[in-house]
Amino acid sequence: MMSLIDLENVGFQADGQTILKDISFSVEEQEIVTITGASGSGKSTLVRILSTLQSRTSGTITYKGKSIDDYDPIQYRREVSYCFQQPSLFGDTVKDNLQFPYDIRNQAFDVKRAQEALTAVDLNSNYLDKAITELSGGERQRVAMLRNVMFYPQVLIMDEVTAGLDEDNKQIIHKMMTRFNQNDHITLIIITHDQDEMDHAKRLITIENGQLKGDERRE
Amino acid sequence: MNSSSLQISNTSLILAAGLVLIALYIGYREKLGIDRDMIIGVLRAIVQLYIVGYLLKYVIKVDNIFLTVVLMLIIIFNAGYNAMKRSQGIPNTLWISIGAIFISTGVTVGAMVLTHALKFIPAQMIPITGMMASQSMVAIGLCYRNLNTNFHDERQQVLEKLSLGGNIKQSSMHILRESIKTGMQPTVDSTKTMGIVTLPGMMSGLIFAGIDPVYAIEYQIMITFMLLAATSLGSVMAVYWSYKGFYNREDQLVLPTSAPKKKHH
Ligand SMILES: Nc1ncnc2c1ncn2[C@@H]1O[C@H](COP(=O)(O)OP(=O)(O)OP(=O)(O)O)[C@@H](O)[C@H]1O
Ligand SMILES: [Mg+2]
Repeated sequence: MMSLIDLENVGFQADGQTILKDISFSVEEQEIVTITGASGSGKSTLVRILSTLQSRTSGTITYKGKSIDDYDPIQYRREVSYCFQQPSLFGDTVKDNLQFPYDIRNQAFDVKRAQEALTAVDLNSNYLDKAITELSGGERQRVAMLRNVMFYPQVLIMDEVTAGLDEDNKQIIHKMMTRFNQNDHITLIIITHDQDEMDHAKRLITIENGQLKGDERRE
Repeated sequence: MNSSSLQISNTSLILAAGLVLIALYIGYREKLGIDRDMIIGVLRAIVQLYIVGYLLKYVIKVDNIFLTVVLMLIIIFNAGYNAMKRSQGIPNTLWISIGAIFISTGVTVGAMVLTHALKFIPAQMIPITGMMASQSMVAIGLCYRNLNTNFHDERQQVLEKLSLGGNIKQSSMHILRESIKTGMQPTVDSTKTMGIVTLPGMMSGLIFAGIDPVYAIEYQIMITFMLLAATSLGSVMAVYWSYKGFYNREDQLVLPTSAPKKKHH
């Protein structure tokens, strides 16, 4: 059976250094895949390749049975959405951030939808006009993540989005993730160092020194 | 106009050269290490200006359209080449710069010739082309520098916009706007202070040559408008044509290789 995403012997070399080597795994539709590994092991590099922000130097990656090279990068990135480790916010206000996905699609900003999205992540709907400089770390992270889901992607890749957050903020983000997966049927790829998140992972992939070290499914 | 009153004797020139010694002395005292650059610069300026002076004298005398056009093109090419040198490795900037300067100069000078504000004679065409092309060159050079700095400093933001599915233009727009603004800034600034802080060279020249100041000002106003148009046109074209050099065919951000890399902390 064809998986949603298939990686086969994916490798990445830069400046004569091997950053990733022979990474192979598949991701099924609506699956939640958690990826972990020591700092510098190549997790972010892997997902940047998966979201076509950079190119692998070897191996193949297919999405819905077609090589990711054959997609229009812009359309592909709207389907396979990557939320950065330590994202920066755009412009001046929260609205500037939530509006960007509408702007790039030449669509009018949906204020109601944005307000609903904010309240769903425990932010007041009047946050829309709040200056980004006034947000706390956890609030920034939530706003950044909302940008990725104003239009639902097929796959959402989250790179250490809970790192450095307190328990309350983590809980809110976990709730967001569950909702994206259960209600909105989004496939999730979660990168984490968090022990709790690793313990609760349904499927845990471990990267070590740029290589796949473990791929464990649990119930 | 009494041109004999504008004669400068060789003795006065040599005396004026003495002024350079002041600059050299300061450079030496303050250990600025620019003595060599300054001496070379002064010598170059003297040689270049003399060559240009005699060349202009000749061109103005023969008053040949073909020769005038060739000289205008040489000025534009030169300006483009110098703008390119400020691009620190952004691809294709030689042709982009020449194209942008050619069009910005061509449109402004062309419009003035068509409306008979200027005559297509070498004595007018060459200095005006020089003014437009050089200001355009400075603006474009600033644009390039700003593009380089901002694509480095705001790399993260560009990547995020790309990852959200923005195309390369949408993902760079904030940088493009900023760069165009930076390119035009000197022209806009000098426009604001014109007549108060600066008496522009062209106007000063005309007044110097004994022309009615009001008439000189009218000329200067025209030149100012032309400069604003030329720098904005040049900046917009150079920025919109060159930013694509920061991306590859997969719409990935790739910074020009020879651009200064940020040191790792
Ligand atoms: N284009 C590149 N050129 C050279 N080295 C690179 C490049 N991209 C990544 N690296 C290196 O590859 C290694 C892996 O980086 P990566 O960001 O993928 O690690 P990570 O697993 O996400 O780490 P962390 O948990 O700290 O975020 C690092 O040593 C990094 O410096
Ligand atoms: Mg990382």
